Amino acid sequence: MIQFVNVSKVFPNGAIGIEHANLGIEKGEFVTVVGPSGAGKTTLTRFISGEESPTEGTVLYDNVDIQSFSGAELTALRRRIGTVFQDFRLLPNKTAYENIAFAMEAAGKSDEEIISDVPHVLQLVDLQDRMYHFPNQLSGGEKQRLAIARAIINQPEILIADEPTGNLDHANTAEVIHILKKINDLGTTVILTTHDRQVMDAIPSRVVTMERGLIVGDDKKPSIKV
Amino acid sequence: METIKSLALRYNQIMFWVTIKRVSKSGWINFKRNGLVSSASVLVTTITLSVITALFLFNASLSSMIVSLQDKVDIAVYFTIDAPEEKILALKDTLQNIPEVKSVEYVSADEEVLAFRDRHADDYLTLQALDELGGNPFGGSIRIKAKDSAQYESIASLLEGDSQVARDNSQIIERINFAQNKVVIERLNMLIDGSRKAGGATTLILAIISIIIMYTTVRLTIYMSREEIGVMRLVGASSSYVRGPFVVEGMLYGFFAWLITLLMFLPITYIITRQIGSLMSMNLYQYYVSHLFSIGSLVLLVGLVLGALSSFLAARRYLNV
Repeated sequence: MIQFVNVSKVFPNGAIGIEHANLGIEKGEFVTVVGPSGAGKTTLTRFISGEESPTEGTVLYDNVDIQSFSGAELTALRRRIGTVFQDFRLLPNKTAYENIAFAMEAAGKSDEEIISDVPHVLQLVDLQDRMYHFPNQLSGGEKQRLAIARAIINQPEILIADEPTGNLDHANTAEVIHILKKINDLGTTVILTTHDRQVMDAIPSRVVTMERGLIVGDDKKPSIKV
Repeated sequence: METIKSLALRYNQIMFWVTIKRVSKSGWINFKRNGLVSSASVLVTTITLSVITALFLFNASLSSMIVSLQDKVDIAVYFTIDAPEEKILALKDTLQNIPEVKSVEYVSADEEVLAFRDRHADDYLTLQALDELGGNPFGGSIRIKAKDSAQYESIASLLEGDSQVARDNSQIIERINFAQNKVVIERLNMLIDGSRKAGGATTLILAIISIIIMYTTVRLTIYMSREEIGVMRLVGASSSYVRGPFVVEGMLYGFFAWLITLLMFLPITYIITRQIGSLMSMNLYQYYVSHLFSIGSLVLLVGLVLGALSSFLAARRYLNV
């Protein structure tokens, strides 16, 4: 589904983001990318959403180079990808309902679909009582659950969760991991980045380890409870 | 990647009208929720539109003043006492057919003497002298007004120079007052020309400054939303879908600023007319009220276009995510 072929990224200031990364991710996989801060985890995921372009090598989505996509094609690709960020990146002037509805509107969904699906997904992440609250009226855990709801509302093929538990306490971390597993069980490919080994150990997934821009490990880990 | 290409195409086809509706609604909601920022932007836009409206009225007032000054200037041709009236009237007809001439007014010898008596009604000695002369010492005269004050010289040269008209009428023309008026007319021409140039330059400079201020304000409000724009792009919104609500917001700034400006200028022009109306050659309040539709349409157009364009250009910068 996604192929990184000898991908390197050197930033304009000369810093190396990624060095000769080769990685394949299959449909339905749960891949956890671990490594310390600055290892290149986020850069790796940003290639998939087209936010970053490699300075060398290619990133393929269904065997097509993402760099070859036009603006409209890249937008269409992003509608197939759900993204969750450490800092939530919710739209501050929109309510919880509107944040999710926006993603559906952007994907060209009808008003009827929006009215029917948004309350359902809010219930799924246990935010049905926070429907008309603005992001600044939500706790950290609620914000992240809302971000996840927004990311999955269009049934994406891939869910990228970039350090989604970085700003959460233990209970909320467990809740987010539980939701991500559930999403993966429904067939969505999940790519999770984390520097937290406890998070990594809680997920029975393929683990890709990165250090200083290099992929230094790629294996499966057995699951233990958080 | 055919599926991505076909998805992009299908999306564009079905979404046009739905997008217009959603973008408009979203723009209106953002406008309401960003109360303070919206108010500040409407205020700045009001200043911009007020400057443009004021410049519009200033130019109308300047034009009226120029027309009024031009109306005060003419060339008078004085005829000899024995000049036959039919010859004077023939000359009047000839002059009236000249394209540069706006009007020609004939004052007969009898009217001249009556006017003289009126002017000197309190001057007993002058009137007594006139009576002692016996008969009418005045000849007739014609007063010529040109369409443009710059054309007086060519009209005068037609009467004084070597032209056929001058030759045919040299016997009946006693004098032409162009030489006396020449300096005044030349100064008036310079003043009119200078006023037009200065008015045009001032209008242009102030309009550009106002537009820059408004653009900068809108840009600042969009700069505050730059992260939001990035997030919208990442959740799959197209550039036009992200930009649309900002453009609608910009147009709303323009609309509300237009409304305020239009209403604000009613008391402003009324007060100006009351305070310094006697110094002006036109009734500014009446002019504003009678031209409310045309001024309003123009200012509304400027407000909407400026608001939309400022937002369109300012948002573009943050869309490349």
